[in-house]
Amino acid sequence: MKASNSLWQKELAGKTPEALAREIDIYETEIALRKQGKVEERLFAETRLRRGVYGQRYDNGQRHDGKKVQEMAYPSGTLTKGPSTMWDAPGMQRIKIPAGGLNADQLETLAELAEEYSDGIAHVTTRQDFQLHYVHIEDTPTIMRRLAAAHITTREACGNSVRNVTACPYAGVCADEVFDVTPYARALSKFLLGHPDCQNFGRKFKPSFSGCGQHACGLASMHDLGLIARERSENGERKIGFEMHVGGGLGAVPYQAKLFDSFIPPEELLPLAQAIARVFARLGEKKNRSRARIKFLIQDLGIEKFRELVLEERKTLPPDPRWTEYIESATAAFEAPLKPAGKAPLSGSAEFQRWLKTNIRPQKQAGYAVVTIALPLGDITADQLRALADIARQFTKETMRTTVEQNIVLRWISQDDLAAVWQALRAAGLADPSAETILDIVTCPGTDTCKLGISSSRGLAAELRKRLAEKNAQLDEAVQHLHIKISGCFNSCGQHHVSDLGFYGVSRKMAGYAVPHFQVVLGGEWNNNGGSYGMPVMAVPSKHIPEVVTRLVDRYSTGRKNGEAFKDFIKRMGKAELKNLLEDLARPPADPADRTIFTDWGDPREYSLEDMGVGECAGEVVSAIDFDLADAEREVFEAQVALENGQADRAGKLAYQAMVRAARGLVKLEDPNISQDSDQVIGEFRTRFYDTQKFFDPFAGGKFAHYLFAAQQRSQQPHTADSARYLIDEAHLFVEAAHSCYQRMGKPVAV
Amino acid sequence: MQLQHVNFKLLVKSPEEVPLEPLIPVFHSWIQGQVLEELLLDVADYRHVPAGPGVVLIGHQANYSVDDTDDRLGVRYNRKAEVDGGNQNALRQAMRASLIACQRLKAEPSLAGKLQFNGHEIEFFVNDRLLAPNRDSTREALHSDFKAFFTKLFRGSEYALAYPGASEPRKLFGVSVKSSRTFTPEELLANLDG
Repeated sequence: MKASNSLWQKELAGKTPEALAREIDIYETEIALRKQGKVEERLFAETRLRRGVYGQRYDNGQRHDGKKVQEMAYPSGTLTKGPSTMWDAPGMQRIKIPAGGLNADQLETLAELAEEYSDGIAHVTTRQDFQLHYVHIEDTPTIMRRLAAAHITTREACGNSVRNVTACPYAGVCADEVFDVTPYARALSKFLLGHPDCQNFGRKFKPSFSGCGQHACGLASMHDLGLIARERSENGERKIGFEMHVGGGLGAVPYQAKLFDSFIPPEELLPLAQAIARVFARLGEKKNRSRARIKFLIQDLGIEKFRELVLEERKTLPPDPRWTEYIESATAAFEAPLKPAGKAPLSGSAEFQRWLKTNIRPQKQAGYAVVTIALPLGDITADQLRALADIARQFTKETMRTTVEQNIVLRWISQDDLAAVWQALRAAGLADPSAETILDIVTCPGTDTCKLGISSSRGLAAELRKRLAEKNAQLDEAVQHLHIKISGCFNSCGQHHVSDLGFYGVSRKMAGYAVPHFQVVLGGEWNNNGGSYGMPVMAVPSKHIPEVVTRLVDRYSTGRKNGEAFKDFIKRMGKAELKNLLEDLARPPADPADRTIFTDWGDPREYSLEDMGVGECAGEVVSAIDFDLADAEREVFEAQVALENGQADRAGKLAYQAMVRAARGLVKLEDPNISQDSDQVIGEFRTRFYDTQKFFDPFAGGKFAHYLFAAQQRSQQPHTADSARYLIDEAHLFVEAAHSCYQRMGKPVAV
Repeated sequence: MQLQHVNFKLLVKSPEEVPLEPLIPVFHSWIQGQVLEELLLDVADYRHVPAGPGVVLIGHQANYSVDDTDDRLGVRYNRKAEVDGGNQNALRQAMRASLIACQRLKAEPSLAGKLQFNGHEIEFFVNDRLLAPNRDSTREALHSDFKAFFTKLFRGSEYALAYPGASEPRKLFGVSVKSSRTFTPEELLANLDG
């Protein structure tokens, strides 16, 4: 859509890491092939998802306008970017931020992208990512290039892949941590990114790190792979390591992660994660997406059997220097302050004092503090991002992190600078004194932009914020520290299970009409890494939820016993009493003319789910060989383009590379450890597919395999236009034969 | 320099009295009727963000919003799709769309006439940093285009161009235009066509 898209590649040449630049070029070619109908939509969908390019509500081309379902007349007509996903429909770009770490340049890049390609807003997610909404698919390669120039990747931000590796945003500065988990989180993120053992999952896989067991910041108990920093003494020597948990997750039915090992040394972190990935890829469910997360595999096998399989797999892994090469530098401090340590301010306005109370956390390094910038609904404008970049440069060495509560923290603020930082944040509209209070509501996108949203989680959050802010000063101190978390559906992206007051969107019929509701989930535990899950109480129409909150906080204010935590109070009240308290709110209004409940918060349309699309959260289950063959096809296409541009030698080499890639895809079905070396690939291909005649065409026999063998023989020779042309034709036939071979073999053996 | 992705923001009268909440049903009704020339898709509500995009009507070829960026409330048109026909045409197309949106908002019963163009202050941006970097050379390259366009738009009146964002190269290239007298959207539309 942007007129400058074609210019950015040249503009950023040499400014982006080579590997990232190449990946983005490939993606751009895939877009071109999809537009020509040369890549099928299912495969293209997973391709873009694995680059963080996600669908958005109404991208099926239908939108209920409050009266009827409108067909959206997009200019590209019936062209799709996935099953039931229209090409021109706006989508979402997710941007991975490993461990939430950001610098000022990266904030400025995000600001530019939010303005130029989205609607001026960047959104922080509950997994420390950023998201841009209302993005056109054809702008996404440029977005990726500009991010890559700022050393940010979107790769595997969505799809059936290893998602962003999250970590406690206070790692390195928290007084309660065992040690700084940041270097380990970054190492795991780098190691698993694009790792061949992570390309054949049935669903996504989310790792998380926490520096301690007691706080919530890392939420290790609700992740597929949760790692908690631990230490122990061996022969009088302090050893650090990780308590490793597997198989946690929220979703419709939350699972607490199981303890895999109470202490693994750092040198085993990456190989064990790799072994877990292999077991998950090999044995995890592929067809039934609702049971494809690793938590179901562990439930089916039992943690003991799962552990046994992983440890067996661990023994088979070929050694990899990356497992340990980062460790020596991991224990060195890699963040430093810009300013000398200071003293906490003792005076200032009431507003400043309130901000100090809610948004400041002392660091373990005396004289420094972490400042939390509370972002309403996780949203920040382009101007605010630039202002924050300036503040980060002025007061710190650009030490910032995003948080799982959709905020941003500035670390290493000298306590002498707190007043000046507050003034600067206030000028940018970023000094909201509400961090980690009842006003700091966490919410997923819900029906605003998510294809799966059932109720308006953001609309509800905005309404609750408004109402609670009006009476915040009068709220009991214990109430002020309650957490509210809202999901638009049962998939729990808003983390409602681990909240004092949690809500998730459901739909109910009343008087023959669909009515947006929220299921009320009470008494979940945020601390102890999301230590226990809340109790579902009842579903209440969306428009009555503010009254639910009022009644619950009032009852808690007046009815709690000495220092009783909300979760204990809820447990003591019990479901029956809670139902009594809220039951009337679940009913429709007495006056049948009152239509209030038939609309949702922030959306005046009469509620309907008739236009809902199919979610892409799980992506499409596409096996590794599908990708290999698609890559081979792309390379044949690129070879053709090179030949047309007079680059005969490059064209010939690309054609040969395509054949090797297709052969390797087949070999990988039997040997997941096959190397990248083309001679070894062809040797294995000959043994496994040619000598056994598996590759033989029913009519042509081994003819197409001979093309590969011949190409290998002359692979060191330069190509003329003629030889390249012949080889491109042969490569095309070879890739087709590989497709046929794969189909004859039936469904793949999971790698 | 070829202009694309032109944005105009027409500042409103008495911004402190403009209610933003009623805009949400108004924009939804515009989608219902597909009342503008662009394909209208969705409504995004950012009232909770200070000095932000306000309430945005998302379209395929362009977004419309009542935008509060820089604490200056205005009706904004953000052209996303390319426009053929040269710079004057790109400016004319975006200005016409902005003015039509202002007319419609003024006439919306639920807004009770509270959302009106102030008649004399317009901001212009190019929402593409590569095509129009925020620097002197862009200003120089576009000077004659601005002169031709705004002289026609504010026919019979003096006007002044300012570059308030010139000292901040990270911001979008922008121009602030102020006429010496006020105009109605209808007058400006007539001038555009004249």
